[in-house]
Amino acid sequence: MAEAALRAGCEAYFGYPITPQTELLEHMAARMPELGRAFVQAESEVAAINMVYGAACTGKRVMTSSSSPGVSLMMEGLSYIAGTEVPAVIIDVMRGGPGLGNIAPAQADYHQMVHGGGHGDYKQIVLAPASVQEAIDLTVLAFDLAEKYRSIAVVLADGSLGQMMEPAELPPMQPLKKGAPEWAVTGEPGRPRRQLTSIYLQPEDEETTNIRLLRRWMEIEANEVRYQGYYLEDAEIVLVGFGTSGRVALSAVRQARAEGIRAGLLRPISLSPFPTEAVKAAAQSAKAMLVVEMNAGQMLTDVKLAVQGACPVDFYGRMGGVVPLPDEVLAEIRRLHANPPADLNGHTRAAWLDRLELVRGGN
Amino acid sequence: MVITDTQNAKVVYERPESLTDISTHYCPGCTHGTAHRLVAEVLDEMGRREHSIGVASVGCSVFSYNYFDMDFVQAAHGRAPAMATGVKRVFPDRTVYTYQGDGDLASIGMAEIMHAAGRGENITVVFLNNAIYGMTGGQMAPTTLPGMKTTSSPLGRDVETQGMPLKMSEILATLDATAYVVRRSLHNPAEIRKAKKALRTAFEVQERGLGFSMVELLSSCPTNWGINPLESLTFIEDKMVPAYPLGDYKVLEAVKAMKVKGA
Ligand SMILES: Cc1ncc(C[n+]2csc(CCOP(=O)(O)OP(=O)(O)O)c2C)c(N)n1
Ligand code: SF4
Repeated sequence: MAEAALRAGCEAYFGYPITPQTELLEHMAARMPELGRAFVQAESEVAAINMVYGAACTGKRVMTSSSSPGVSLMMEGLSYIAGTEVPAVIIDVMRGGPGLGNIAPAQADYHQMVHGGGHGDYKQIVLAPASVQEAIDLTVLAFDLAEKYRSIAVVLADGSLGQMMEPAELPPMQPLKKGAPEWAVTGEPGRPRRQLTSIYLQPEDEETTNIRLLRRWMEIEANEVRYQGYYLEDAEIVLVGFGTSGRVALSAVRQARAEGIRAGLLRPISLSPFPTEAVKAAAQSAKAMLVVEMNAGQMLTDVKLAVQGACPVDFYGRMGGVVPLPDEVLAEIRRLHANPPADLNGHTRAAWLDRLELVRGGN
Repeated sequence: MVITDTQNAKVVYERPESLTDISTHYCPGCTHGTAHRLVAEVLDEMGRREHSIGVASVGCSVFSYNYFDMDFVQAAHGRAPAMATGVKRVFPDRTVYTYQGDGDLASIGMAEIMHAAGRGENITVVFLNNAIYGMTGGQMAPTTLPGMKTTSSPLGRDVETQGMPLKMSEILATLDATAYVVRRSLHNPAEIRKAKKALRTAFEVQERGLGFSMVELLSSCPTNWGINPLESLTFIEDKMVPAYPLGDYKVLEAVKAMKVKGA
């Protein structure tokens, strides 16, 4: 991902060590100076994101990377970056939490990244890779989208991708762009001064900014929804999972198909904007949906909002850094196939926790 | 008397090019305006106005970017040195400076200023120390003098529970990577002239790539000190200067060797 970022023309990287993304920082530490680009190991994630903020104001392609606790510290900076409407790329390699948690793969930053985190009304683009190749491709895409929409673009990954060995192709080295966008603060002589700020003291002015941000977001929603469907054409049991849990779900779906169960998977690639329409469409012909996540059901809410009761939506998740096994998910598919629930009003999580206790007891 | 001979009149005082023609929102008698003018004059004299990127902080000077006629960004509270680092690292040939108050720099932004200085970032920090949080209405700052009454230390700063003032110039001077760290004051014309010279030196240090420079300026806040502008200047002289001695805390040999034009 680091190599993909610099090939995408990243001119400045600022970061702070945290497992499981330190390799990314280390790669940047070696490569950026080699290429004559900026690398700073910041004193904290707070400083790192504010360095990103400063460099982003110059219109250059800039990024930081971190993992969950570090990303929590970046929320202030993210809000300022959003409020100033400058592009920046953030890679979050999620780990188990809350608190210091552990360094195992998790997906519990979904809320923090998709539904806000920082203060104020803003949205950011969030892309979730499920393979090494996709992690590379989405990193490059993140730079393009951030720049196009003057937005924050997050690549939301987890540690298991980092430990995965699979063939992947890196993009060619892009030449660095010459010149700066017309809003960039560059200290360039011979033109009127430029200023970038996120203060709008008059509520009406701030509201104007909020409206501009929202309109831009609606444009992003219209153009940048990404997902991948697997075996959805005739699927009765539709799984929804992103990143690593999407990958695990796919293995389970394939096994279920081998058993003659018509299962399918919808894997959101852009978590934000969320593929609401696609989820809604898949729900129309499904007997049941199963959301699979490595958290307590953070995306579940978005899926339910999309489905709007068109079919029952059940949930299976592991938390704290535990990655679900394909067999666990397969058992869930079998259960839903054998007894498609009539509805799951209000009991999705409670019932799941009961089943989870059995799985954990059996481990 | 009507003056008719404008032909031979000489302009002795005018707005520096680096300042916009906008009246500031600063309270009457506040020395923020003085500091702005000094920075503007220095950047004019160095011909750096159009090559500068300022970083405004959060405090009364939050809108300083309106008053400086040059490119500017606006940082989060305390984060200006980190933001300036980001700017300077991608535009090393620009003059990059922060303008920060004492709450911003010495409290919430302590980590950012220490590490920018510790890295020897080639930026200039203009640090206004008025011993109080101005913008939020006069609360205690880490720089508030012992016994000084503020809205959050109504009985006076109690050093037993609230500690002693942080002396930022002294602290930063201990860091090996700093090039130029001095404290000046804005309470009378003689000191103001010295302050300008120090600012010129600081920006020259950056220009020559010698590393981190900071000028701490003892500044007034008549509004929140609850005294008039004149008394405020006396307060700086009588109370602040003894607590925050003026002087050069760090001047690298290379800086001493510089020939700096100045006021
Ligand atoms: C994260 C955060 N905390 C608190 C504030 C509120 N705040 C705004 S200005 C300020 C203090 C500024 O004081 P100082 O830096 O001394 O500058 P002055 O106003 O005296 O010039 C505070 C606490 C804020 N804007 N952001
Ligand atoms: S509140 Fe104090 S520091 Fe702020 S503008 Fe007024 S006098 Fe100056």
